[in-house]
Amino acid sequence: MNNNWSWETFMDALPFVLQGLWITVSLTITCYLFALLFGFVWTFLRRIPNRFFNWIVTWVMEFIRSTPPLVQLFFLFYAWPMIPGIGVTLSPFTSAVLGLGIHFSTYIGEIYRSGIDSIDKGQWEASKALNFSTVDKWRRIILPQAIPPTVPMLGNYFIIMFKEVPLASTIGVAGIMLMANSYGAQNWSYLEPLTIVGIIFLVLSYPSAVLIRKLEIKLNTRFDKNAAIK
Amino acid sequence: MTDPIVRFQDVHKSFGDVNVLKGINLDIKPAEKVAIIGPSGSGKTTIIRMLMTLEEPSSGDIIVDGKNLWKMEKNGHMVKANEKHLREVRGDIGMVFQHFNLFPHMTILENCMTAPIHVKKESKEEVRDRSIQMLERVGLGEKLDNYPSQLSGGQKQRVAMARALVMRPKIMLFDEVTSALDPELVGEVLEVIRDLAKHEDMAMVLVTHEMDFALDIADKVLFLDEGVIAEQGTASEVIEHSENERLQGFLRRFRG
Repeated sequence: MNNNWSWETFMDALPFVLQGLWITVSLTITCYLFALLFGFVWTFLRRIPNRFFNWIVTWVMEFIRSTPPLVQLFFLFYAWPMIPGIGVTLSPFTSAVLGLGIHFSTYIGEIYRSGIDSIDKGQWEASKALNFSTVDKWRRIILPQAIPPTVPMLGNYFIIMFKEVPLASTIGVAGIMLMANSYGAQNWSYLEPLTIVGIIFLVLSYPSAVLIRKLEIKLNTRFDKNAAIK
Repeated sequence: MTDPIVRFQDVHKSFGDVNVLKGINLDIKPAEKVAIIGPSGSGKTTIIRMLMTLEEPSSGDIIVDGKNLWKMEKNGHMVKANEKHLREVRGDIGMVFQHFNLFPHMTILENCMTAPIHVKKESKEEVRDRSIQMLERVGLGEKLDNYPSQLSGGQKQRVAMARALVMRPKIMLFDEVTSALDPELVGEVLEVIRDLAKHEDMAMVLVTHEMDFALDIADKVLFLDEGVIAEQGTASEVIEHSENERLQGFLRRFRG
């Protein structure tokens, strides 16, 4: 085992690890978009006015949130194909998108719900009085007001999720984590490649955080610039 | 005798155990201006909220322009109306709310334009001209691109009226539209309503505490008390000739 830090190894490992960067980034973005969309599914399912159905949806969400994402990934990738009848073999990437995407969609669904719940009852009544269709009411009146205030929370989940993406290496998604691991295994030196992984995550999450903050400011000033002087 | 544009037939409404309305019978003719007065909690607002489909009656029928608002025919039976039926019938009705309920994420021009364009599928240019005209009429032609948060309460309420009017309703409902305003802003809103009452041939129903104003513009005044229409008639009939003691007491409290 090589015990000392070596710049030579570092420079050697860097291009190798970076080969996984595209996979890591695209997996993060795909998972996140999936979670953003699927979050709406939970939100709307929970709005169906049937107590029994609601109870089921709430418990399914609770179940997904209280089991570790790693277990869900393993289940989707290794166990699901073995279920007779409904079992389907998924690629590592697809498993990761479904696993992490669904896991985080339950949190994102709750964020949407908090945004929607914060809309004044008068907005719903005005939409009705102006005779909007259900679709237009959501699309033009409710969601444009409900979503912008949740952007900081949604953004935080983007960063949290980004940091969970290395879990996908355990089922063979060749992102930077898996590349670093295999470099370590081949060359018997883990220090440099894993340091590189750490640096890449820092370099990517910090600007994301800044970007989210900027977006938040922009969205909030868009229609409420003078709310404070009311 | 013209057919009424709105007819309430023995309409009851309860919230839980509380019977708010106990058998309302009421005809409103096209172009008629009706004021509903009465003590708080007498169910005035509930009447127009049921007409706007914001509240479902517990029993009875509400007929709008010949169509049953809350019921529809299905396989020869009258059943509870679905959203499609409600949308069809309430297209004739507009409403102005106590708390304005403007869309905060749109400019005031967009507030006026959005429903005619997306609900009635009218052409954008035409709706734009009409909205500007309407906003000018309520005295806000200078503020087209402002957001609601930049306006005073009185201005917001005038936008809300323009927004409802651009939809060209046959029936306009006003739900205590001056109650949330500072006293010095009430006048500008009442002026707009007075102008509408004089020049528009739509039916108007006002729930209001502005007693003198209501009596002044209304063709018909309803005094609602304990869930029933206790008195109705022209303003002078109701005020000068009524022998209803509760009405007299109510009016005295308002006029000091």
